[in-house]
Amino acid sequence: MLRTLFKYIGEFKTPAFLTPMCMIGEVICEMIIPVLMGRIVDVGIGGSDMNYIIRTGLVMLFVALMGLFFGIMGGVFGAKASAGFARNLRKAMHDNIQTFSFSSIDKFSSSSLVTRLTTDVTNIQNAFQMILRMAMRAPASMIIAMIMSFIISPKLASIYLAAVFLLAIVMFFIMRRATKYFQQVFKRYDDLNNSVQENVSSIRVVKAYVREEYEINKFHKAAENIYEMFIKAEMNIAGVSPIMMTVVYGCILLISWFGAHLIVVDELQTGQLMSLLTYCMNILMSLMMLSMVFIMITMSQASARRISEVIEEKSNLTNPENPIMEVPDGSIQFEDVDFSYRPGTGDPVLKDVNLDIKSGESIGIIGGTGSAKSSLVNLISRLYDVTQGKVIVGGYDVRDYDLDTLRNQVSVVLQKNVLFSGTILDNLRWGDKNATEEECIKACQMACADEFIQKMPEGYNTWIEQGGSNVSGGQRQRLCIARALLKKPKILILDDSTSAVDTATDAKIRKAFREEIPGTTKLIIAQRISSVKDCDRIIVMEDGRINGFGTHDELLADNDIYREVYESQVGGASADFDKKE
Amino acid sequence: MAEERKQEFNGPGGRRMAGRPRPKVENPGLLFRRIMSYVFKYYGVHMIVVLVCIVLSVFANVQGTMFTRTLIDNYITPMIGQPNPDFGPLLGAMARVACFYGVGIAAAFTQQVVMAHVNQGTLKRLREDLFDHMQSLPIKYFDTHSHGDIMSVYTNDIDTLRQMISQSMPQLFNSAITIVSILSMMLVLSVPLTILTLVMVALMLFVTMQVTKRSGSNFIAQQKNIGKLNGFIEETMTGQKVVKVFCHEEESIKTFDQLNEELYQSAYKANAFANIIGPVNAQMGNANYVVVALVGGLLALNSYAGFTVGALASFLTFNKGFSMPINQVSMQFNSIIMALAGAERVFKLLDEKPETDEGYVMLVNCEYDENGNIVETEKHTGQWAWKHYHKQSDHSTTYQKLEGDVTFNHVDFGYRDDKMVLHDIVIHAKPGEKVALVGSTGAGKTTITNLINRFYDIQDGKIRYDNININKIKKADLRRSLGIVLQDTHLFTGTVRDNIRYGKLDATEEEIVAAAKLANADGFIRRLPQGYDTMLKGDGANLSQGQRQLLAIARAAIADPPVLILDEATSSIDTRTEKIVQDGMDKLMKGRTTFVIAHRLSTIKNSDTILVLEQGRIVERGNHEQLLEQKGRYYQLYTGKSDALTA
Repeated sequence: MLRTLFKYIGEFKTPAFLTPMCMIGEVICEMIIPVLMGRIVDVGIGGSDMNYIIRTGLVMLFVALMGLFFGIMGGVFGAKASAGFARNLRKAMHDNIQTFSFSSIDKFSSSSLVTRLTTDVTNIQNAFQMILRMAMRAPASMIIAMIMSFIISPKLASIYLAAVFLLAIVMFFIMRRATKYFQQVFKRYDDLNNSVQENVSSIRVVKAYVREEYEINKFHKAAENIYEMFIKAEMNIAGVSPIMMTVVYGCILLISWFGAHLIVVDELQTGQLMSLLTYCMNILMSLMMLSMVFIMITMSQASARRISEVIEEKSNLTNPENPIMEVPDGSIQFEDVDFSYRPGTGDPVLKDVNLDIKSGESIGIIGGTGSAKSSLVNLISRLYDVTQGKVIVGGYDVRDYDLDTLRNQVSVVLQKNVLFSGTILDNLRWGDKNATEEECIKACQMACADEFIQKMPEGYNTWIEQGGSNVSGGQRQRLCIARALLKKPKILILDDSTSAVDTATDAKIRKAFREEIPGTTKLIIAQRISSVKDCDRIIVMEDGRINGFGTHDELLADNDIYREVYESQVGGASADFDKKE
Repeated sequence: MAEERKQEFNGPGGRRMAGRPRPKVENPGLLFRRIMSYVFKYYGVHMIVVLVCIVLSVFANVQGTMFTRTLIDNYITPMIGQPNPDFGPLLGAMARVACFYGVGIAAAFTQQVVMAHVNQGTLKRLREDLFDHMQSLPIKYFDTHSHGDIMSVYTNDIDTLRQMISQSMPQLFNSAITIVSILSMMLVLSVPLTILTLVMVALMLFVTMQVTKRSGSNFIAQQKNIGKLNGFIEETMTGQKVVKVFCHEEESIKTFDQLNEELYQSAYKANAFANIIGPVNAQMGNANYVVVALVGGLLALNSYAGFTVGALASFLTFNKGFSMPINQVSMQFNSIIMALAGAERVFKLLDEKPETDEGYVMLVNCEYDENGNIVETEKHTGQWAWKHYHKQSDHSTTYQKLEGDVTFNHVDFGYRDDKMVLHDIVIHAKPGEKVALVGSTGAGKTTITNLINRFYDIQDGKIRYDNININKIKKADLRRSLGIVLQDTHLFTGTVRDNIRYGKLDATEEEIVAAAKLANADGFIRRLPQGYDTMLKGDGANLSQGQRQLLAIARAAIADPPVLILDEATSSIDTRTEKIVQDGMDKLMKGRTTFVIAHRLSTIKNSDTILVLEQGRIVERGNHEQLLEQKGRYYQLYTGKSDALTA
């Protein structure tokens, strides 16, 4: 899984290649130093040769400097390669997210995307650095130590070989079992976190029902679960270090015993025996390192998978080969449209929709929660593709347009609307980058936003907090409408965008639309009949089908649903208080 | 306040980045002692076993290091050149060493096993204490702390503690014991060389500190950049659909690239410095060796103070063994600082002041004897009474029937003492009455209901329940007598049945179905794939808003409270669906004192009293007809002639 991500190393291939090289250099220095140390003791001190000590000492210092150089370079290159790899991964993900279709956005929740871009990438970054620095270093150190031992004494070295094999097999099985347990631990962790999160966000319900005890019991059970799983996993790896020790000590004893025999028959020198013992330690340490690398890789698997899911998500909405770059007019036709968010599963959300809307008409859309009003309008700017039939805008199938062209001409004010941190002007200019201040003010006047913006101490330069939390719901909606107007679209879609705006202002906005942008086709989804009453025609949606389509008076006369909703709202009963800004 | 509450949850990843120290920890010593006392409180005996094990394994290790020298000097060298060497003494020596090794291995294994229990057990207790304590905290705590921050105490901070208890702590003990034992051996061999070694080690530590500092400041920069990037991603990801609709992808990518580049730069530097520490330490250890060999060689060759060549050889072995534990300690620095920063937040949560409760009036089940007197009973009679125990006066106990009469007597309230949000609120809800609160966002409607169940305590005035000051009622009993249906229905992971049962834990199957029927929820529940056994996940994400609302109503219905609070319970439902929900609610409200907060005036038209709130004051009161006659604010709204209001 990690391998599929490697192509994003990109321009950091050089440091990624140099890191293991430096590590090998460091290993070689590390291997020479114990030999020099042994010489200092055996020859220099043993022979009381001060000159030899100084000479070898200087050589050793030089080798140490080389080791330092390689070590530092390895560290620096490793950091560069892994940090760079992480940067490229983040960029690849973010770039791809920008091409996501709405259905892809629906698939990944925004909090999961944030985790993938941060935590998961950091996990990979750490694992990658570990691999670069250890994956070559450990085997290299093992191989060199092995070769050196074989040069000294093939007979004794074969003891290591047997020990290493034995250890590798044992470790492999232990690690495999342990990883399984650890994976379960992580799952239990998710459960525990989930229960905390649920508790925190529902704390009012918990307190109101006096369910603290109940929640505590629930949590203790989850905590107990983790405890047991962890103990199981740790018991599994508790054996690792004693086994390592047993093998190391066993090797030392065996080598000493056989070494002693060889020394006695003059096949081996004492200094060589010392070196052999040092290499023994080296080999086993490398093995330990390798098993750590192994664990790191398995642990980062999940992160790698989550990252590649994002990178490999293909947008199913692509530009046609010869896209049309201009939307001729604001007419809209639906021809036998069926639509499903996940084609092939269950009932389609929209069924048999046929519509013919002329350019410049104002259309109201009304219907209960879940009657697919939003789904209907989302097809017009090709936020989703139809499952069957076609949607025609300005005489062409929406799939024949250049996506940006289409979306710039079909302006949607989404139901779940968002402002971004920045000034009001910054936010407005999302609609048109080059809009002058006058144009912005004009759009705001139409959306009845100018009045409250003028009252703000810094007017159009007022800073909007993330998510627009420092303006009220109604103000936010009006700013979003103004932002959409600045696109000067041929079709304007308001998806329940005035729900928090009071009835009078709502009426004023609609009046402005009628007078200022008569040529623009307007589609208005609303809960309140009063918001759509004066539209040219009104669509009544019910269960994904068009239940009625006509003027207010026509519908009142022959559409039961419309009449029912109208009667339940008549006389201002649906007026709401959330209006005074 | 509910509207202003921060709901952001930035995932477990928000702050979890490996290898970075956090800025400044206040009073690290005290924190460390506190963690230790936590560990020792429950696992004192275990810890003593662990300490013994560590001493044993260090001892075995030192024996191992010594062994090779003695082996060669005392056993092998004498045998060289002998025609019939006797391997007997060597075998004996090796058997002795093997015993030491055996002890060392057994100690290491015991240490691992015991430590796993200590570590996981401590964390389990810590988690449980955290959660238990959190349940006792006032709502205010949850208002003022982002949920993401609370979550990260349970995830990241506990995680760093796990690292510290399981790895750093034993490592520290181990290193400390090793350092002490080697140091004493070195002192025995040569004082001047030991001083030299210490000077070299000090130099080594100094350099390490310098590099750590560089790396630390870059890690902090990296944290800051991660935070910035995180904020940006969070913002664009939540608004991703808007980005698409406005074809704003290019700009978004541009900003992202810039932040990404800054993060890369700091991550690169931070990691590079951190990576350097290892090699620098190792090579300085080697330099140390050479210097000691040179100086020691001079001393030995001049036979200074009886220093011999053999002693120098041994000393050098120890010198080599000395840098290793010091290296390990300095490697643990970062993780200890991080763990202490985590511990600081853990203990901060544990030190938060819990909700206080001086109430003594309790809610009990009751029945009536033949004289019509209230008698307390254990049975579920469906009838409730307040039980007063008169502590001050005559230690007698009196009972009073639960009726559901709620009065606000000139109540002032503010979330902070210097900023009142409610002024002089006067309400009298008689048993069975329906009181509606209307007014714009921020007028204080929800706040009023939060005062009845004492989510917040008032600054001035009195709130009485059945003529008892609510401060005198035990909080749990007070809340049990109030049912609440909130605008955002919070459902829990579990079956539909579990969720309804949440209102009354010992409810029977019949009661659950009855409650669902009352709330008009039975129909849709039966149509779910597994009916009442359908699992709800992620706050009931697989249900529609209306269905979730109905479940919340059923949950309140089964609790059967005498007083009901409906806070915008139907505002996000369309008018047709609302009719069904409304029907359920009307049935639920029958015979109960009800406080209704509503968006749509149709919901509250039939209330006994309607209170119009504006900026924390009641500006109009009366029933629907009276208010229409007043031709004030309510009239303007209801008739839609609101031109006067927008000015």
